[in-house]
Parts: sequence; C-alpha cells; structure tokens
Amino acid sequence: MPISTSLKKVGHRVVNAVWRLGFASRFFALTLFYSGPSFRRFHLTIKEMFFSGVMSLIIILVAGMFVGMVLGLQGYETLKRYGSESALGSLVALSLVRELGPVLAALLFASRAGSAMTAEIGLMKATEQIAAMELMAVNPIARVVAPRFWAGVFSMPLLAALFSAMGVFGGYVVGVVLIGVDEGSFWSQMQSAVDFQHDVLNGVLKSFVFGLAVTAIALFEGYDAPPTAEGVSGATTRTVVESSLAILILDFILTALMFGGN
Amino acid sequence: MERTTLDLWVGAFVVAGLGALVMLAMKVGNLSTYNVSETYQVEAYFSNIGGLKPKASIKSAGVLVGRVIDIKLDTQRYEAKVTMSIDKRYQFPKDTFANILTSGLLGEQYIGLSPGGDDKMLANGEVLKQTQSAVVLEDLIGKFMYSKASESDSAK
Repeated sequence: MPISTSLKKVGHRVVNAVWRLGFASRFFALTLFYSGPSFRRFHLTIKEMFFSGVMSLIIILVAGMFVGMVLGLQGYETLKRYGSESALGSLVALSLVRELGPVLAALLFASRAGSAMTAEIGLMKATEQIAAMELMAVNPIARVVAPRFWAGVFSMPLLAALFSAMGVFGGYVVGVVLIGVDEGSFWSQMQSAVDFQHDVLNGVLKSFVFGLAVTAIALFEGYDAPPTAEGVSGATTRTVVESSLAILILDFILTALMFGGN
Repeated sequence: MERTTLDLWVGAFVVAGLGALVMLAMKVGNLSTYNVSETYQVEAYFSNIGGLKPKASIKSAGVLVGRVIDIKLDTQRYEAKVTMSIDKRYQFPKDTFANILTSGLLGEQYIGLSPGGDDKMLANGEVLKQTQSAVVLEDLIGKFMYSKASESDSAK
C-alpha cells in the first residue's frame, strides 16, 4: 500500500511537470504571437524597459566594476608568478566579454528585474486585474506580458555590454592605475587577444539568449502563480531559482557550441 | 502621445548600452586594428608547424603584417600547407624566408618573415620557397641526448 501511494505521488509529479511544461510552451508561443502591439504601441515596451533595464543599471554598473577589479587583482597575483603581468588585459577582457559579463549580468537581471516581473504579474492575477482585462476584451498577454518580454530581451544585451565595459574599466583601474602594469601592453595584449566577432558578438548573442530565457521564465511563473500571497511569493522564488539554473545550463551549452572543439 | 522623462531615461540607457558595445569593439576588441586595407595571399610549406593555428600573426621585424588564414595537410608532399594573408602595403621579395617562431618561452607561435634580396616582389598566390619549421621540444631534447651520447662514445 505505501509503495503504491508513493508511486502515485511520483507519477502525479511527473504528469504535473509535463503539464506545466506544455502550458509554458503554449504561453511562450502566445507571447510571440501577440507581440505585434508591443511594437506598434512601442511606448508600452519603452515603459517596461525603464523598469527592467534602467532601474537595473546601478546594480549592473557597480557589480561590473567590482568584478573587474577583483579579476585585475587576482589575475595579477597569478600572472606575476609566470612573469606575464602584461597578459592581464587579455585575461580581464576575455573572461568578462565571453563569460562573466553575460552570465553575471543575467543572474543580476533575473534577481533584480525577473523577480519583480513575476511578483507584479502574480499580484495582478491575485487582485483579478488580468481577469478584468479579459472582461474588457483586452488581451492580457498582448497588453501586459509581451511588452515586458521584449523589454527584457532588448535590455539584457545592453546591460551585459555595460557590465563588461565597466569590468574592463575596473580591471584597468586596479591593474594599471593601482598596481602599475604597463598601460600600453595592457591595452595592446587585450586588443590582440579579443576578436570582435568571435568574442564580443558571441557574448552579445549569449546575453540575448539569457534575456529570452529569464524573461520567459519570469513572466510564465507570474502568470501561473496561484492567486494567493503564498503563491506569489513561491512563484518569485521559483523565478530566481529556475532562471539562474537556466542561465548556467544555457551558458554551458552555448559555450560548447561557440568556443568548444574547433 | 507626448515625450516623457521616462523616454529620456530609456534613451540614455540605450545610448549607454550601445556605447559600451562600441567601446568593447574598438578599445577591447580588434575592430579598430582590423585591416580593412587589401591583402594578398601567399602560401608556404612546412614539414612541421608545431602549434601554429589559423589567425596566428605574421610578423616581419616584429611588426604585424598579416594573419594565417588556413592550414592544411598537403597529401602530395605530406607537408603542412599554410596560407597567409598579408597586408598589401607590405611587399616582400620573392626569396623571403618564412620561419615559425614562438613569442616567449610559452607564448603563441607566429610566422616571422625575413626578406631576402630579390628584386622581384611576391604576388598573390605565390609560394614561399624557403621555410623553417617550428622547433619541437621533443626533437630538440632527442638531438641533444644523441649528441651527448656520441660525444661520450668518441671520448672513449
């Protein structure tokens, strides 16, 4: 008897997960299908870009600066042993542009803007604003979801680029200004190591994919949240956990595709 | 529909983001040094290229003059065929010597060109006749051991 009940529970969970996945796919497809208004009435998207992009600026810039400074310090300590401090520039720039910029900016974006999106939409649902829109024949996906989705997708690469640029600046401050690595070799080694297409554009592509994943997860969790205080808080937590995992897993796949095995 | 302060902030955000991207391209990446100038291609055969990779730099007197664009094994000669793209501003004599060198002890490998004294210049698609392969550390150690052994033999 206990075996069959526990089996039932497992089966229930699996069926539920598949069900949710199907609903999420349909939700994502509907978001893309009803994206027309978020471009025709672009001010809706602009408004959401303000909330998800501009409001995330400070945390992105400060975090990028400090990540770059830590990279400069740690990189210098390690490179010094091999007498190749001049490679500090390429170390800082490559690790930021390829990995840390897109990934850390996306993680920060998920916890700063993604959680806010989930909470907002979850609360809209809990207070029956979404149901009210449907009653007024306003499509909530076109009016509420799609603008937020595109705002996140547009903001993410810009935020990642700002993160990387600030990081390079932070590495420059620590490496060249504070420690005294030669400025010429810092920049020239960086420029000879970083390729625009291979490194910078691939980084932008990565952050675009992360933006897609984070906003899609955040919006779906908000839309799917049980309309209670507990449900919204659980959905917010799930957004941060799921999108962080999605970012890291996608990052591995994208890195393997872009930089692995050529 | 009117302009709002919100638009200003979003505009500033987009400008800053694109500016960061341009900065990454110009200052961090190699787009500013990317030679849009025309290039010509020459080929060279090496019996061993060591760790040379496509996109490796080609230098003459230490100055970057081009890039390796392709490395293939020529099954006619069983030698590595290296295709190089060189900036048109830099013309080299026909008897230029191509060397695979290493920058620093553990650094990347690159091709060094030492110009000869020929009056004629290399043209597109020509082959460099004189090449020197990469120094492979194992071969070097092997040679050293061999010469040591023969020295001790002759001393007997």
